Amino acid sequence: MSEVTSSASDFPTTAFPTTAKVVIVGAGIVGNCLVGHLARLGWTDMVLIDKGPLPNPGGSTGHASNFIFPTDHNKEMAAITLESQRQYVELGMNNTCGGIEVARTPERMEEFNRRMTSAKAWGIEASLLTPTEIKEMVPFINEKILLGGYYTASVSVVDSLQTGTLLRQEAIDKGVLQVFATTEVMDLETTDGAISAVVTNKGRIEAEYVVIACGVWSPRIAAMAGATIPLTPAVHQMADVGPIDILQQSGKELAYPIIRDMDTFCYERQSAGSMEVGSYAHRPIFMHPDDIPSIEASALTPTELPFTPDDFDQQFEEAIDLMEMLGDAEIKYAINGLLSLTPDANPVLGETIEVKNLWSAAAVWIKEGPGCAQLVAEWMTYGYPQMCDPHGSDIARFYPHERTEEHILARCAEHFNKTYGIVHPREQWASRRGMRRSPFFAREEALGAVFFDARGWERPQWFTSNEVLFEKYPQADTPRPAEWDGRWWSPITNAEHLAMRDSVGVVDLTAFNEFDFTGPGAMAHLQHICVNNVDVAPGKSIYTPLLTPAGGFRGDLTIQRLAPDHYRVITGAFDGGRDNYWFTRDLPADGSVTFTDMSQSLCTIGVWGPNAVATLAKITTVNGKPADLSQVGSPYGSVIDALIDGVPVTMFRISYVGENGWEIYTRVEHGLHLWDSVFEAGAEFGIIPVGIGVYAVTGRIEKGYRLMGAELESEYNPVEAGLARPKVKSADFIGKAAYLAARDEPLAATMCTLSITDHTSAAGIPRYPVGGNEPIVTLDGERIVDRKGRVSRVTTAGAGPSLGKFLLLAYLPPEHAVEANKLAIMYMNELFPVTVERVGSKALFDPEDARMKS
Amino acid sequence: MRILVCVKRVPAPGSRISITADGLAVDTAFLGFTTSPHEECAVEAAVQLVEAHGGSATVLTLGPAEAEEQLRYAASVGVSNAVLLATDGADWDPQRTAAAITAAITAIEDRDGVFDLILFGNESADSGGFQVGVRVARHLDRPIVNGIKGISIADGIATLERPTDAGQEVYELTMPAVAGVKEGINLPRYPTLKGRLASKKVQIAIIEPSAKPGGQVLVRLEPPAELTTSTTMLGNGPDAAAAVVDLLEELGVLR
Repeated sequence: MSEVTSSASDFPTTAFPTTAKVVIVGAGIVGNCLVGHLARLGWTDMVLIDKGPLPNPGGSTGHASNFIFPTDHNKEMAAITLESQRQYVELGMNNTCGGIEVARTPERMEEFNRRMTSAKAWGIEASLLTPTEIKEMVPFINEKILLGGYYTASVSVVDSLQTGTLLRQEAIDKGVLQVFATTEVMDLETTDGAISAVVTNKGRIEAEYVVIACGVWSPRIAAMAGATIPLTPAVHQMADVGPIDILQQSGKELAYPIIRDMDTFCYERQSAGSMEVGSYAHRPIFMHPDDIPSIEASALTPTELPFTPDDFDQQFEEAIDLMEMLGDAEIKYAINGLLSLTPDANPVLGETIEVKNLWSAAAVWIKEGPGCAQLVAEWMTYGYPQMCDPHGSDIARFYPHERTEEHILARCAEHFNKTYGIVHPREQWASRRGMRRSPFFAREEALGAVFFDARGWERPQWFTSNEVLFEKYPQADTPRPAEWDGRWWSPITNAEHLAMRDSVGVVDLTAFNEFDFTGPGAMAHLQHICVNNVDVAPGKSIYTPLLTPAGGFRGDLTIQRLAPDHYRVITGAFDGGRDNYWFTRDLPADGSVTFTDMSQSLCTIGVWGPNAVATLAKITTVNGKPADLSQVGSPYGSVIDALIDGVPVTMFRISYVGENGWEIYTRVEHGLHLWDSVFEAGAEFGIIPVGIGVYAVTGRIEKGYRLMGAELESEYNPVEAGLARPKVKSADFIGKAAYLAARDEPLAATMCTLSITDHTSAAGIPRYPVGGNEPIVTLDGERIVDRKGRVSRVTTAGAGPSLGKFLLLAYLPPEHAVEANKLAIMYMNELFPVTVERVGSKALFDPEDARMKS
Repeated sequence: MRILVCVKRVPAPGSRISITADGLAVDTAFLGFTTSPHEECAVEAAVQLVEAHGGSATVLTLGPAEAEEQLRYAASVGVSNAVLLATDGADWDPQRTAAAITAAITAIEDRDGVFDLILFGNESADSGGFQVGVRVARHLDRPIVNGIKGISIADGIATLERPTDAGQEVYELTMPAVAGVKEGINLPRYPTLKGRLASKKVQIAIIEPSAKPGGQVLVRLEPPAELTTSTTMLGNGPDAAAAVVDLLEELGVLR
């Protein structure tokens, strides 16, 4: 590895600047990589400051263990990590040593099968090892306590400080960056809601953009401008123990693979003659950003806090069990190192929602540093990242209650010990529940609802009271014998599905967000954001994708036109924060559009099924007369104001489950009355409550409906998703040029519906994939990658009870996107045969949509 | 061979030491604690003497309950017995501390036998009073030498070495004796993982000391004026040569 010494421009002789295009605060892995990437994308007039000295200003980068295990079940994090590792390699800062995750429990061995599957999806070379094979690679390990291992040859240790130095230097050498160390931010100034200046101990810089890349200090800096960056500094304990003979004799920094002792949440990583032992097993230990000591007051650095050995003793014992030689090694250096944790364990990237042009590049670990920096640089340059869809990292994803210290600390405390945990794709949070409850909550609880968390909302996933439906629908009672497959799932969902398709069911949709746009500029504002034409008659609605400037999916939602100057945007719980930001960031300054977030004011139920209209017709009036809810009187897509048993409601004829019926919106205070009235009217039809298991999975997948964040991401466009309309509106909109180009180019991939044709595993047990990015492969087990480099993988998996099939959604390239084509799904490291049932968006169930439009 | 080492729990600060608002204590809110460096060396010396001559080493501290951490640290590197003279956390003055330690030593010795050698650090890292070891030795009527950087034991005699500007002073003390050890006498070992785990099992004898306050009272702590330095860039590369020459002439390095 080459060394770059500080150049003269690290310590400029010029005066402290008074203006800059962009000021980046923080010269850790993220800030350094960010200035390098911004320089590559053509940015000039940049200033990078840090309150510490260079090259190690004392943040988390300086004490990181610096290793990369590339396998991640999460697509976004896997993509960012792999891109980061590629950049470390490119800079010559990646020392490949291999890594073995070892298992002490059968559950972990099963998790390794899942990891093999994710490795397949992302193209990572990996293999399973027997204890003997582990011993051959790591002679000092006690293989007798192990059941096996998961080996990744590409695991590496990187030089994060030097990587940052190189990228920083690249920007300096281009003449586009000035760097000032020992420069502390004292204040951030804003003007008209936008960042305008950074006040430091060396002077004030007026800046058009400011990026906060301050790691554990980020919330403190953001608060100076009135912005929030939801993260907490948290302790990760690490001890360097040695000297150890066998490691010294290797004569290398890294002669042996890094060991992750997954079931004890610890790792052992060689560092020349000693071993670094790190732990995610100890109690969660948090610190407030304001309490982190100054550089001068720190015994080591501000993020290397005094070691608390009591918290580590159990891990020491377990480490000695695994490697007996560690017992005689001396504890030379041990710290409570600070790193950043967020409520959902993902980074916090993007423009802050509170202050324009104030950006966050925080909660980033070494393994994903260069990639996150590139992603943010692209975002700042192009208006949206191009590397991968950022919805899991987007700072706008957090709702107000998720930005509180109470929420951050509770969720971080809950997931900290899951850092090496086995986390189910449907895993539910235990903390901070009951934060948002619909007015129907009491009724749902009485009906035995099993509540899932939807960004604070308690939503019934299924109702145990519906278990009686098995008598009528015995075919619904299809248990999933593998515990993993059936975790956070119930066959009651199948029964609810069939009952709704037979008669009528009610779904609580209160978790929806409703954004009202009113005023003379409302239509033009929405036209600019939406793909489809919003200039429909009042009382009609619009389904529309929202695109990124590059033509990928940014959103997917419906809009009601309630009046000529009044639109209501309806979007789901999981993208509400991001959509709110997207729709409101560039509201016209002239006041011609007024935005009102109605989400907290309105509650919603969906009433669907062949008897939905008959149920509602009994109690619904318009202008004092019985409402005409028929397809003739109120065609699909209609929006009408009505009274239901005297309760003022807005009714929206639409369905995400493929049935005739309505979404009904009313004010929260009327909700309970509405619920009771509908259930009373529907009693004669055997009306039932229906959980989100039907709404979001079984009902949706039978209809092939796409979901933002699953099928719909910025890597894909509406043509590929099968959501392109025959014509493109004349008005301009974000992403239009790219969209027009995509319509003319040959398809690289198409969204398809597949079914599993044989569920039987090698062990003779039927298996049901949970929909966690399982790769769709050829019958020979080869990955399928389209010409844009995107891998075919399951975006949603679920039962289709009305079809008697288990369905999968996945993008396939044209050569495979052929109906009746035979492929395979890899699940838990096994192949199961699948058939392509449908290419494109036409539904498998009721393909002509006759039921919805009857 | 019975050896006693007396240690003190002290904060482990950075380059700047913060003082509490009332000016009466170091602000330790986010600081770790350690054993005074001289005393770490005294612990190491005790462990080495026991390794060489057999017997046992005992560590004793007067301090808050949290000082157990320092006792266990000593145990983790090989000391086998630990005694805590538990205070309410306030810093005791040297007379009071010495009286309490003397009383404890006397009680322990009455029960278990005399300590052949009692080691103190030369002075504590925080208050730096240089008094406690001398006072305890005086109370016990035993010889003491401070500033010790070498200890050897043979035939009931402790041979202590003390480097001075003039050369090496060598003292032969008939045991029981007391020594004030200075950093540099040895390189203290780190605890091993096994040592750390074993230290958890060491029983700590807790004694409630009852000595009366002495005459020394803490009035107020004041941080010393900070040394500030500034950097002046003389230029880059060869262009800086003339300025460098000027400066060296000004400093009298060049004439």
